[in-house]
Amino acid sequence: MTTKNVRVKIDELKTNLGLIKNLDLSVGKIVDDSWTEPMGPTPMPGLTTLRDWDMTLLNKYKPFYMPDCDLCCLCTYGKCDLTAGKRGACGLNIADQSSRIVLIACCIGAATHNGHARHVVDHLIEKYGRRYPLDIGGLNVKVEAPVTRLVTGVRPQTLGDLDEVLTYCESQITHLLSVAHTGQESSNLDFESKALHAGRIDQVGMEVADIAQVSVFDFPKADPEAPLIKMGIGTVDQSKPVIMCIGHNVVPSVGIIDYMKEQKLDDKMEVVGLCCTAIDNTRYFDRAKIVGPISWELRFIRGGFADVVVLDEQCVRTDASLEAERVKAPVIAASEKNCIGYKNRTNDPADQIVEDLVSGKVPGVLILDPEKVGEVAVKVANRVAPIRKKMKSLPEIEEIKELAKKCRNCNMCQRSCPQDLSIPKAIKAAAEGNYAPLADLYEECIGCGRCEEACPVKLEIHSFILKIGEKNMLEETNYCRSGRGAIQDVEIRSVGGPIVLGEIPGIVALVGCANYPHGGKDVYDICREFALRRFIVVTSGCSAMSAGSYRNEEGKTLYEEFPGGFEAGGVLNVGSCVSNPHIAGAAIKVANIFAKRNLRGNYEEIADYIHNRVGAVGLAWGAYSQKAASIASGFWSLGVPVLVGPHGSKYRRMLLGREDKPDNWEVYDARTGDKVNVGPAPEHLFQTVETPQEAMVTIAKLCIRPNDTWKGRSIKLSHYIDLHKRHYGLMPPDIDRFIRTPADIPMTMKDEITALLKAKGWKESIIPDPTLLPRMIRKTKE
Amino acid sequence: MSCEPWQCAEIAATKKANPIQKPEIAVAMIKRAVRPILVVGSNATARFMEGKPLIDFLIDFANASKVPVVATAHMVSEFLKRGYTPAGYMSAMDIGNRLVDPTWQGLDGKGHPDLAIFVGLPYYMESLILSGLKHFAPDLKTMTIDNLYHAHASWSYPNSTLEAWAENLKVMTLKFKEGGN
Repeated sequence: MTTKNVRVKIDELKTNLGLIKNLDLSVGKIVDDSWTEPMGPTPMPGLTTLRDWDMTLLNKYKPFYMPDCDLCCLCTYGKCDLTAGKRGACGLNIADQSSRIVLIACCIGAATHNGHARHVVDHLIEKYGRRYPLDIGGLNVKVEAPVTRLVTGVRPQTLGDLDEVLTYCESQITHLLSVAHTGQESSNLDFESKALHAGRIDQVGMEVADIAQVSVFDFPKADPEAPLIKMGIGTVDQSKPVIMCIGHNVVPSVGIIDYMKEQKLDDKMEVVGLCCTAIDNTRYFDRAKIVGPISWELRFIRGGFADVVVLDEQCVRTDASLEAERVKAPVIAASEKNCIGYKNRTNDPADQIVEDLVSGKVPGVLILDPEKVGEVAVKVANRVAPIRKKMKSLPEIEEIKELAKKCRNCNMCQRSCPQDLSIPKAIKAAAEGNYAPLADLYEECIGCGRCEEACPVKLEIHSFILKIGEKNMLEETNYCRSGRGAIQDVEIRSVGGPIVLGEIPGIVALVGCANYPHGGKDVYDICREFALRRFIVVTSGCSAMSAGSYRNEEGKTLYEEFPGGFEAGGVLNVGSCVSNPHIAGAAIKVANIFAKRNLRGNYEEIADYIHNRVGAVGLAWGAYSQKAASIASGFWSLGVPVLVGPHGSKYRRMLLGREDKPDNWEVYDARTGDKVNVGPAPEHLFQTVETPQEAMVTIAKLCIRPNDTWKGRSIKLSHYIDLHKRHYGLMPPDIDRFIRTPADIPMTMKDEITALLKAKGWKESIIPDPTLLPRMIRKTKE
Repeated sequence: MSCEPWQCAEIAATKKANPIQKPEIAVAMIKRAVRPILVVGSNATARFMEGKPLIDFLIDFANASKVPVVATAHMVSEFLKRGYTPAGYMSAMDIGNRLVDPTWQGLDGKGHPDLAIFVGLPYYMESLILSGLKHFAPDLKTMTIDNLYHAHASWSYPNSTLEAWAENLKVMTLKFKEGGN
């Protein structure tokens, strides 16, 4: 950090001048000059500082809007009908409104991660002090916070430094959200630019949260061999009291685990988790277990496995407390962002709270002191477990048959299902004693429960599915690698060259949740396909769980089959949602460590470098929240393309290139200033794909970059062509757009491609030193 | 059957599709178009009627009507396996994005389509793309020949059964065969 607060406190000082008592003097900040890297042009950017860069991207990848609603109902002038070009009472049209919604989603996501970071940092500063040093990976990680360095120009060294970074982020989010107010911004592209800025701020906030918790809680520090963690409901020892933690903020879980250890109960109880809290629990305590992703919440609660449910923040089902009540599992709300209407018992004696929960006097409590959460959760679980005896809220199979006979065949369950699953058929079959169709639904259902809400006779359809799938559920035993955190500098040195030259064909990052029929298996298949092809495969959050939820023919999960290093053929789990900046950070560090580009407040140049040279692609396969919008936006801003599965179309705006428009694909050759057409590389910045087959072909294609050497391009094309032929059944029609010289042609396909090029009238071109920034041209043409 | 969005939460639009009450109406609309295209999504191999996948019905329809097909996702390989070569293939988003561009000259470079027919995409995805076209391609007419009502199209069949869907597709194919195109 470049500045430090100085505070002098003197209790008593005798001098010639006299006696000084109780002097408390703050002198503001002093400059720390130990970081010699020169400051770049855009430290702590404001809303418009990087607008030119944003517009460069938005001109190349124009928004394609698909409004979810024809109306705007955000103010009392409305509702306004914006259909097909009509303007509302405030003057906004549907393109502006669509981009405004994108901005709002990104602000919600950025605020959520920054709020999370603020809670973690404030808590840790209160407990350990502002001077607590950050340690992300010891000597292996000198560039400890690449995103923060890049965006803010700050090199954080202590918890106090993170506080100041967050203050900047919070100011930006406030300004960004204010832009969405009636009568502010009036251009869709300016809304989009601000959405990109929200993404940048989101990345900083996430990085702050993770490096704070990695440093203080001693999580794995950039460790390629972070421990393998037991995962799945079948790994939970149900003879023990079970505490289930749901959400994203590990602080209350740390309180639980610490108290268990203090009481020497850590091998006599189970702490299990859902969603990102699960991942972070295992980074703190490798005997914690991961039950599954966000969509497993109803499964686990209704299955009766949990004796106490602890809810923190983000991605928590808001009816989790009601579901827990049905199985007599006491609930502890542990976040001020998710109070659930419970009475705040933070200042009550722990034993009094325990009595109230065990006796059932209250179904749940709000406790905002993580240490007290720990004590209460452990004590309650131990006392409640023998009473509850894992009480379930699932029907018996014979009951299902009788209940299913009440079905009116109205189809509302199917019409409410986000997957349009054939629920009525399965219910009809169950009424006749055939449960096979319900068993099939177990694999496809994402556990949202909308079918039950729609049913006019209140059939608990999801519970039917769970009961029929119970045997499978109890047999779920897999492994997930605990979140490793950052990528080591030495790993970047090893792979930086091969990535930039194209010899490692790409980095594929699978993030978010795989809430899609067979979505977990799709994520596994995609990860394995690209790991076998020697791409670097990175995961985080619920996708990291899905990746570990299936086994190969030898019975090995992905994390057992492939190494955990940032290397060709590696499959890494960086950690929870807030660990995602380690993925962006790896790309940034390639520019810094391998290419020696300055990071400090130098966003535009580094993003330009990544966009043109680092073949990275993100994929979020399932349905997800506003956080995915901001996470994706942070990657778009760096010029990294993001793919989403079919549900991602509901983000309502794509950023698409037009491969059929040659002007779209011109870059400057930094050596000469000439404009060079480099083909559609990468073709899109944000794109929805419909099937896993399409995802695989598109990923391979989106890893192509203008800077690829002939050898690298040849390798990338061989993967693209191979996948295209396998899944589409023919040679890609655009192959001529990616071949610059004959040396780019994969050797094994030379004859076929040469003939194709001849037929298309292909002409050889050059491999430029690509940039979108005129200021990066070293020799301007006269 | 009803003219409400099949998926309940896909709220009705202010400008809603005209219902296609009989397949003959759809055929008349398609015949009236000068440059129609048929966009076929990934459900083409996931929906079955009369023991056949949807794609088989669509190939019959495309052969009879001569409407050029754009296959999305990986459906091109499914068409090729069945001996039918689509006029083009690209992602669903890409074809939507081209259709909102009035300067796009179609798959053959001879002119912008004046009618885009959609079938077989995931319901919500098709709904969103049709919304995008309704708002940003005001000169383009859109139609869905799914069995599910799409409010954002210009014309849509009402929600109907698989049996009725199969019948509609067969009648449309027959009418083109009978009447030429």
